[in-house]
Amino acid sequence: MRQDGDLREQTRNAEAGGGTVIDVHDLRMRYGSTDVLQGIDFSVSRGEVIGLLGPNGAGKTTTIEILEGFRMRSAGKVSVLGADPAQGDEAWRARIGVVLQSWRDHAQWKVRELLNHIGRYYAGYATPDRPRPYATDELIETVGLTENADKRIAALSGGQRRRLDVAVGLVGRPELLFLDEPTVGFDPQARRDFHDLVHRLSDMEDTTILLTTHDLDEAEKLADRILILADGRIVAEGSADELTRHFSRDAEVRWSRGGKQFVHPTDDATHYVRDLLNQHGGEIADLEIRRASLEDAYMALVQQHETGRGKAATNFEEATG
Amino acid sequence: MSPDAYAVRLGADRGLIEFRHMLVSVPEMTWTVLINIAFITVLFFQRDSRIEGTSLAALTLPSILGMLVAQGGFMGVAGKLATDREDGTLLRARAVPNGVFGYLVSQLTLATIVTVFNIAIIFIAGLLLLDGVAPDGVGDWLTLLWVIALGLLATVPLGAIAGGLVKSAASSFGLTFLSISVLIAISGIFYPITGLPGWLQGIGQVFPIYWLGLGMRSALLDDAAAAAELGGGWRTVETAVVLAVWAVVGMFLALGVLRRMARGESGSVVEARRERALQRGY
Repeated sequence: MRQDGDLREQTRNAEAGGGTVIDVHDLRMRYGSTDVLQGIDFSVSRGEVIGLLGPNGAGKTTTIEILEGFRMRSAGKVSVLGADPAQGDEAWRARIGVVLQSWRDHAQWKVRELLNHIGRYYAGYATPDRPRPYATDELIETVGLTENADKRIAALSGGQRRRLDVAVGLVGRPELLFLDEPTVGFDPQARRDFHDLVHRLSDMEDTTILLTTHDLDEAEKLADRILILADGRIVAEGSADELTRHFSRDAEVRWSRGGKQFVHPTDDATHYVRDLLNQHGGEIADLEIRRASLEDAYMALVQQHETGRGKAATNFEEATG
Repeated sequence: MSPDAYAVRLGADRGLIEFRHMLVSVPEMTWTVLINIAFITVLFFQRDSRIEGTSLAALTLPSILGMLVAQGGFMGVAGKLATDREDGTLLRARAVPNGVFGYLVSQLTLATIVTVFNIAIIFIAGLLLLDGVAPDGVGDWLTLLWVIALGLLATVPLGAIAGGLVKSAASSFGLTFLSISVLIAISGIFYPITGLPGWLQGIGQVFPIYWLGLGMRSALLDDAAAAAELGGGWRTVETAVVLAVWAVVGMFLALGVLRRMARGESGSVVEARRERALQRGY
């Protein structure tokens, strides 16, 4: 799943043509004596939605903050929209949207007032295909805050504030959008609205999106490609489907026979069911095959990786077993 | 318009918007009213005391105005910066093109407007309450203006340094309130500096507050009152030089601190501060 050197070189060359938006090579981050990122490689093409997944402390936030240009890295090559984020200038900054978690900032401001004001900073960076900023009222409608446009921000509910955070991240009509845990605190309706918005952005505006999330369901719904980070490394990469297939072939077969319920886990459901039907034929009822979900794959992967850390122990068991 | 000039305009707009928000904020206005009542009470009771022919209140009024410049520039900016760092306002500015520059302009704008606003309140109250403090002629007004302007230039960078170095808004308030209170006590604001021991006079004259008070007195009092000052005169040149030196040194240091401060902001840093603040319970 990793690209080799030659391919990587080609990818980097393709960037001149505008295809690659993010290109990361051997990214490392060290705080004191702790290696938070231990050599990360990946690249993202224009219009892709990438989900960065991983347990707490895996390095998701560090990675995204380095790409945003908010944090220095210890080593490695990073290119975001053709520039090193550590040296990104204001024109570079104007092409990037960051959705931040609000807290009590701008409490006195009204929704429209704040979006208007922040939007004006982008006015000088409009291009023919990307009018900047977004028209304020249109943006307010897009995130579903029309009824609250003249409310003070302090008076918004938690979910409404998150919608505003998203609006602030979008106001410059970014080519690349960073979302760190975007739907924390969303109710199911707000979550669905947000997912629709992400799809619209990537389909209609050709926005490249990098999001981190804990929510596997969300990653599966939104991301074209998922990167799983564990202990400062990318341990798997692919679409939700690919990951599920690759890392967890297990499925669960459920059926009933003669009024009794049966459950059988198998790594080859097709084969198992064929045998089952051959053997019992018409007696089988309520047949159900439950494929392993992305969550199962994810848990398997993270566990695999974490036991991998104690490799000596694993080998020892294998040797004696 | 160049991006920088445009960001200056946006910053000025932001300063105005924040000032408007301040005017309708109940806690802010309550504080403004209370502190002004306190100052006016002091002036009221000092009205009839006389020092070498001048009413003590007439001496105190310009001194308070000078102190207000230092308060607005130093305490005000430090507090605002610390608050804005803590709650993520500064990080938002960082995420926007030319945002940090615009933000700094907005804070300079806000500090200037707020200081002039606070000065105007006490000044108008003083004019109604006291005789002999009205500026006579253009010269006095010009002195008033340059002392305010240079005073802000001298104290805003110090506020920015303090606000950029402290860990939280609460510690900013503690630090700046304590230091400014000590300096007010030795800068001849509420009573003449000549009443202090020589070595304290020396320390007082190192810092901007003494010179701000002196500069204001030189603008508003009759020249005869200069006899009561250290050295028996207004020492206008010294005032300008001391304030200018603070302004230059302060700005030089502040740029370094601000650059480092802005660079340190990120989502997880603000998040960590939020968690600390929530643990403290406010």
